Amino acid sequence: MEQPISLKENFFKGIIKENPVFVLLLGCCPTLGVTSSAVNGLGMGAATAFVLVMSNLAIALVKNVIPDKVRIPAFIVIIAAFVTVVQLLMAAYTPALNEQLGLFIPLIVVNCIVLGRAEAFASRNTAVASMIDGLGMGVGFTFALLLLGTIRELLGNLSFFGYKLVEADGILIFVLAPGAFITLGFIIATMKWLKERESKRTH
Amino acid sequence: MAAAKSSFLNLVITLTIVTLVASLSLGYVYEWTKEPIAEAQMAKQLKAIESVVSGYDNNPVLESYRLPTPDGRDSLEFFPAKKKGELIGVAVKTKSSKGYSGDIWLMVGFNVNGDIQNIFVIEHKETPGLGSKMTTPKFLQQFMGRNPATMKLTVKKDGGDVDAITGATITTRAFSGAVQTAHETFKKSTVNGAAN
Repeated sequence: MEQPISLKENFFKGIIKENPVFVLLLGCCPTLGVTSSAVNGLGMGAATAFVLVMSNLAIALVKNVIPDKVRIPAFIVIIAAFVTVVQLLMAAYTPALNEQLGLFIPLIVVNCIVLGRAEAFASRNTAVASMIDGLGMGVGFTFALLLLGTIRELLGNLSFFGYKLVEADGILIFVLAPGAFITLGFIIATMKWLKERESKRTH
Repeated sequence: MAAAKSSFLNLVITLTIVTLVASLSLGYVYEWTKEPIAEAQMAKQLKAIESVVSGYDNNPVLESYRLPTPDGRDSLEFFPAKKKGELIGVAVKTKSSKGYSGDIWLMVGFNVNGDIQNIFVIEHKETPGLGSKMTTPKFLQQFMGRNPATMKLTVKKDGGDVDAITGATITTRAFSGAVQTAHETFKKSTVNGAAN
């Protein structure tokens, strides 16, 4: 069904064409939950990207020795192991960020992007291709979270990466949960609009 | 793709190996990060203590002890600040579960008379922009140098002396309650002469 694609295409598809958040709409829980600031979005994205790359690689390597019936449990154990590694590393070296992200780090285990890529890509592709896929998806996810976090922080807190731009209160709703939905909705709408405009032009 | 055969034995063996490898590597990472995590936590506590009591020359974390709260339901951690062996103040780690979301952890610094020197918010999950304002000096200032014996630690709306944060009365109530608990526990400890 899928034709073999070049490594470059494989990498870039995760960023725009198949962006996990804006196009595939996967992993909405951390997307909406942690993106109240740009730093949080970046940290969460990086943690997820690491897990994606490592689990995709590990799963692509062992896919042939894992019987079909226990495929999912085995994948989840592998993913959970990498998530725990990330959590321990963050607790040790970036304690402040770890506290901010809190519960959302262990929740990477159940992030549909990770298991989704393991199932859809890593279990039927080579190790290198899977790593690239994980990296592309991870970068795409990070980009999406960073964009959301930056917009929400700018509007809600009038600051950028924690630096207050104007000494005043922002539009509070943007750092609260509804603001996450509103911002995500507007971004998706904008992307759709851009895409449609482009396809009209080519026709 | 040619997946391995799904015989029962095969399933058991594969899963066992996968979990075994995963747990072994986790054990290794755990050992490796144990020290830095402990250090980060120690640094965090020291930072909190430093910002609420000053002028000590001991390591309050190493001399910390726990005392039960007056209602006996919980116990609080006390960090004595000493200069040349003499007690000059105590940092009390206290918490409230009555906040808007999650526990609020505070470090309250008292001098030997029980005056509040400063309060540091260690951890909270209050609403950003509303309850989170309790970490700002503007809110914390009203507690500095005050003694809870003369300052009624309830929100003005409830007949106390605390100026509530606009839109975050629940947070302010929880905050004041935590400080009150810290003070009561501290007072009891000095009355019993148990302040180390």
